Order: sequence, then structure tokens, then C-alpha cells
Amino acid sequence: MNRSILISSVFHFIIIIITAMSLPFLAKKPIDLPPIVSVELIQITDKTNIPFAPKAKKIIEKIKEKEKKLVSEQAPPKKVKKIKPDSVPMPEDKVKKVEKIIEDKQNPEKIDNEIKQVSEFEKKELFDPNNIAALIDKSKEESAEAVKKSNDITQDQVKSFESSALTLSEEDALKAQIFGCWSIPLGLPYNENLLVRIKLQLKPDGSVIKSEILDHARMNKPGQGFYKVLAESALRAVKLCQPLRVPSTGYERWKDLQLNFDAREMLEG
Amino acid sequence: MLKMKKFYSIFFILIFLPIKSYGLIEVDITRGNLNPLPLAVSPLSIDENSRSSFEKLLKKKNIGSEISTIVENNLKTSGLFNPLDKDAFLQAPDIANLKPRFEDWNLIKAQALITGKVNVVDEKLRVEFRLWDVLAGKEMMALAFTTVPNNWRRVGHIISDKVYERLTGEKGYFDTRIIYVAEEGPKTKRIKKLAIMDQDGANNKFLTLGNELVLTPRFNPTSQMVTYLSYFRNLPRVYLLDIETGKQEVVGDFPGMTFAPRFSPDGKKIIMSFAKDGNSEIYTMNLENRIVEKVTNHPSIDTSPSFSPDGKYIAFNSDRSGYQQIYIMRNDGSKVKRISFGKGIYGTPVWSPRGDLIAFTKLHKGKFYIGVMRTDGSGERLLTENFYQEAPSWSPNGRVLIFYRETKTDDKGKGFSAKLWSIDLTGYNERMVATPTDGSDPSWSSLLSN
Repeated sequence: MNRSILISSVFHFIIIIITAMSLPFLAKKPIDLPPIVSVELIQITDKTNIPFAPKAKKIIEKIKEKEKKLVSEQAPPKKVKKIKPDSVPMPEDKVKKVEKIIEDKQNPEKIDNEIKQVSEFEKKELFDPNNIAALIDKSKEESAEAVKKSNDITQDQVKSFESSALTLSEEDALKAQIFGCWSIPLGLPYNENLLVRIKLQLKPDGSVIKSEILDHARMNKPGQGFYKVLAESALRAVKLCQPLRVPSTGYERWKDLQLNFDAREMLEG
Repeated sequence: MLKMKKFYSIFFILIFLPIKSYGLIEVDITRGNLNPLPLAVSPLSIDENSRSSFEKLLKKKNIGSEISTIVENNLKTSGLFNPLDKDAFLQAPDIANLKPRFEDWNLIKAQALITGKVNVVDEKLRVEFRLWDVLAGKEMMALAFTTVPNNWRRVGHIISDKVYERLTGEKGYFDTRIIYVAEEGPKTKRIKKLAIMDQDGANNKFLTLGNELVLTPRFNPTSQMVTYLSYFRNLPRVYLLDIETGKQEVVGDFPGMTFAPRFSPDGKKIIMSFAKDGNSEIYTMNLENRIVEKVTNHPSIDTSPSFSPDGKYIAFNSDRSGYQQIYIMRNDGSKVKRISFGKGIYGTPVWSPRGDLIAFTKLHKGKFYIGVMRTDGSGERLLTENFYQEAPSWSPNGRVLIFYRETKTDDKGKGFSAKLWSIDLTGYNERMVATPTDGSDPSWSSLLSN
């Protein structure tokens, strides 16, 4: 009887020991689940319409660096950081604080100053709107400078970038403007191949330096009356529309521009 | 040594630096506005001597202004041009004709400018005109005409045609005439005369006295010859009338119901339908030897034939499917193909002189429509809708249709009228063509100056 009680107790003891020993281990090793990061999948074609993507990356990095610098310049001392209200105080800190309080109690003026300083830092660090505004302004200035620099880069090194087309919005703006200026000669046949290609040489403000019909020889050929009429109407449209609504940047890209006038869609009705 | 290394490294970087040149950016412009082109018609300048001599001859104060008004009205009625108000003009006509100040014309938003000069040369009228591209700052055309003073209206029409052709690419239709049936009297006792006028309604003349009923006059596309149908002792008879000489001849008497004789594109044949042995078929008649040939052979009613401009095909009406629809066939009567499949009844197909469209009258749910479709029957477009309208006829350039429209008679038997109307292919430019009496069955001539 005693023997069995002894065995039972030994086993119980072993189980308690194992449990006691194993539980902290389990607790110490929580399953480390990484946070879920949502990723939007975008299909990227070989050639995108996003202008100057590599440059944009550089600019963003530059701005980030500047911001970092700004933060470090105005960051409060580490000491203050420790007594952030959000942070959980460690036992050691508590001890130190107690010690400080004891010390301070001996010198009340010092305590006041110390507390004052801490609270001022807290205010400055966390709630001073002027400071935040200044930060934003500065970052704006910096980004503006960066953009300006990037523009300078565009002028100088534009050839090193891949994309040479107008963005969709740039193209739409230009098209919309010319649509308004182009009076389509309604007498033209819709079932003939009438496509007028005009090459333009533009100034940075969008005004036309030179306009040239690419199939100029066709203009004066006999039986090409319709083509001539269409070409003349296209030239009138360009003249009426200038200065053209061109992008404010990237002059090198669009200083030579080709407009293809095709009225078939409209004439077919 | 270090310097050399640096130099070489920079040199190699420069060599291998990828220098890319831009491809030319292309932008496709596939839309534009359909607004009429703003243009300025400056009054034709005239010197004092010419002005007074023309005033005596033509009883017109300023023939230069009169001609420019004709040009202005023609271009305006086409719906493709917007002649600007003369009050806005900054430059005097005589100076503008020598050298226009394009900035001034640009200021009033004119894209084209017409200037000119009228003078008397050996008692003849000499008119010169110039067409200018205001935006390009250059002359587009310069022409001069000399004619008898009485032809001054035609000079205005010819100038309009030349300007129209230069700016739209297709021939104009202003120097043309319209033949129609002038109608007078109550609906039950209508007097119908053959009448002719300029396309703008001027110079109206009656060609018959109204003793006999006249129907469906049609112009020969190659000359100023007209064919029409008249009832003589209650028998339909087909006539040929030369507008220039006034000479008239009978082509033949035909049995039963005869409909709408029309010329072939070369003007050598007449195509029509008549009922022989109780069945209406389509026949052609050679005007030289008067031989009649049957084209269709079907128990159904086949009427309203119209040749394609190349003469290879014929569009016509038939009820062989149960309802009256439009069909096309080869000129020998083979390969008959139905092309109208919409709801309603289709009639009076007329092939466009350009060859691309067929105009028709359609009756659907008690309303009459004038419409066009492609020659394969696709792209049907109804241009205008009304209580009663029919008989479309094409302008020689295939851009405008003229037809007639009747109004309803009220309970007292009054209110009935028949008027000529024109509409262009856009369907927006619809206008009544003024005639001194009521009018029906119009037919448009080819260009007189051809």
C-alpha cells in the first residue's frame, strides 16, 4: 500500500517537475508568425508608360535620406526617449527612478528643472505642431529641390531613359486640343485610304517652328484632290491650335512630333 | 600614371555609355469637329464706271455685292460653311482683293476668304475671284470668267462650286437646276405643270400649261434632257424634253400602270416599269432604236428601277418577299439580291451618283422616312421623318437629297400642301426649297458648267 503511494507520488512529482520545466520552454518559444503583407499584383509590360521610374527611385531615396537627417538633427536625447509614456518601464529603470527621486527629494529645485526639461522635450518631441509643420515644409522644400534637380537631369541626361512616348494623359490633352481645332472636310470619301502625316518641330512652349507633310508629293498628284483637301485641313488645325498643349517637361522627347490625321472614323459615321 | 588611368577609365565609360536616340512620337488624330468652316465672303469690288453700266443693264445697284451674296447663300445652305457677318470685316473689298491683311481676317476667326473684282469688258461681265487660306496666309485659287451680263447669277453659282470643290474635295452642286411638278388648286382637282428652277429657287419657269397630268420628271445625267410621264387620253405616255431647245417628243405609249421612267447613266436608255398582262415588270428602252427589253421576270410587282452610276447594276422595288423591299440585280436581270431587311415598307430606291449609297423612302408605323443605305444594304440611316414624304433625288455630287413633303388635310379638306425640301447626308441640314406654287417629284440636274 505504502509502496504504491510512494510510486504514485514519485510519478506525480516527476510529472509536476516535467510540466514545470517544460511550460516555460513552451512559453519562451512562441510561434513566430510573420505579419501578413498584402501585395497588389500589377502586370508590367516590357515597356511602360511611367516616365523616369529609375530617376523617381533616386529622388525618393534622396528625400528619405534628407528626412532622416532632419529627424536626427532635431531628435531629443536618448535619456528622454526612455521615459516615453508608451514604453513599458523596465525594473531597472524603476530602481533608477526611485533613486533619482530620492536624490531629487534632497534638492527640490533640481527636481523641478529636471521635470520641466523632460516635459518640454516631451512636448517638443511629440506635440509641437510648429516643429512638425517646419519639418513638413523643409521636406517639401527638399523634395522641390530634388524635383528641380531631376528636371535638370532630364534636360541633360534625358537620353539615358527608356521611355520616349507621351503618357496617356499628355497624349489625351494634346488630342483633345486638336480635335477642337480640326474641321473635318465632310465631303471626303470614307472608303479611301486617306491618312495625312504631319511632322512638327515644336518650341518648348508648344508653338510650331515647322510643319511638314510627310507625303508631300501626293498633294500635287492628279486624282489626289481629297488627299490635298485633308492635308490642308490638318495644317489649318495645327495652325489654329498652336501653341499646342505639350507636357511642361521633357522637351527633348517631344520637340519633334508626328500627327497622323485620319478622318475615316468620323466620315463613316 | 594615375591621371592616365583616370583618363582611360573615363574614356571607356564614355564609349560604352548607352546613348539612346528617341523614336519620333506619333499621335493619331481620329476625331475632329463637324462644325461648318468659318469663312469670309468679301463683296466683289467694282469700279464706278462698271457699276453704273451694270446698273443700267441689269437694274441692280451693285452687281459685285449681289454676286457675293449668291456665293454666301450657296455656301451657307450647304451646311458645310459658316459665312461670317460682313459687318465684322475690317478690310475694304478692293484692297482685300489685292493683298488681304490676314491678321485682320484671322481676328474675326475666318479660316478662308473669298475676294474678287467685277468689271465691264466690251459690254460683257468679267468677274475674277480669289480664294485665300487665312491661316496659311496664301492664295488657294484664282479664276476669272467673262460672260453676258444676264448670266451673273450663274457666275455666282460657279464661284460657289469652285470654292466648294477646293475646300471639300468633291464637286459642288450649285450651278444646277431642279425640275419638278408644280401643283395648284384643291387636292381633288389639282393642276400639275412641269416647272424648272435654279437649285436655289431662282429663275422659276413653267414648261407645260397644265392641261395634262404630268408625273415623275427625271433629268438625263449627261445633258439637259428630261424624261417624264404624262397622261394623254387617259393613257400613260413617256416624253422626252430638251430644256435648252424646248423640243419635245413622245418616246412611246405604254399599257396599264407605267411608273417613273429614268435615264441610264450614259443617257442612252430609259428604264421604267409597266404592267403588261397584269404583271408589273422592269423594262429598258434604247432611245436610238426604241427597242424595249424586259429585265425582270417574276410574278411579283417590280417597280422603281434606278441604275448604278457605272450602269452595271439596277436597284428596284419588289414585293416578292411578301412586303415591298429594295433589291439589286445586274443590268441583265441576273443575280437578284434583297438588300433591305429593316421593319416597314421600302420604296423608291435611287442610286447615288457617287455610287456608295442608295436613297429610299420608308413607311413604318404610319410615318414616312427618307433614308440612305450602302449598296449591300448595311449602314441604314434614316435622315428625316414626317407625315408624308417621298421621291428623293440626289444632288450631282451625292451629298444632298431633294424630296417633297405633303401636309395633312384637315376635316374641312383644307391645309393640304406639297413642298420641296432638301437634306444633306448628315441629316441635320434640312431646308425647304422655296417655290412659287406647291411642288412635288423633284429631280436634280447634273452640273450645267460641265
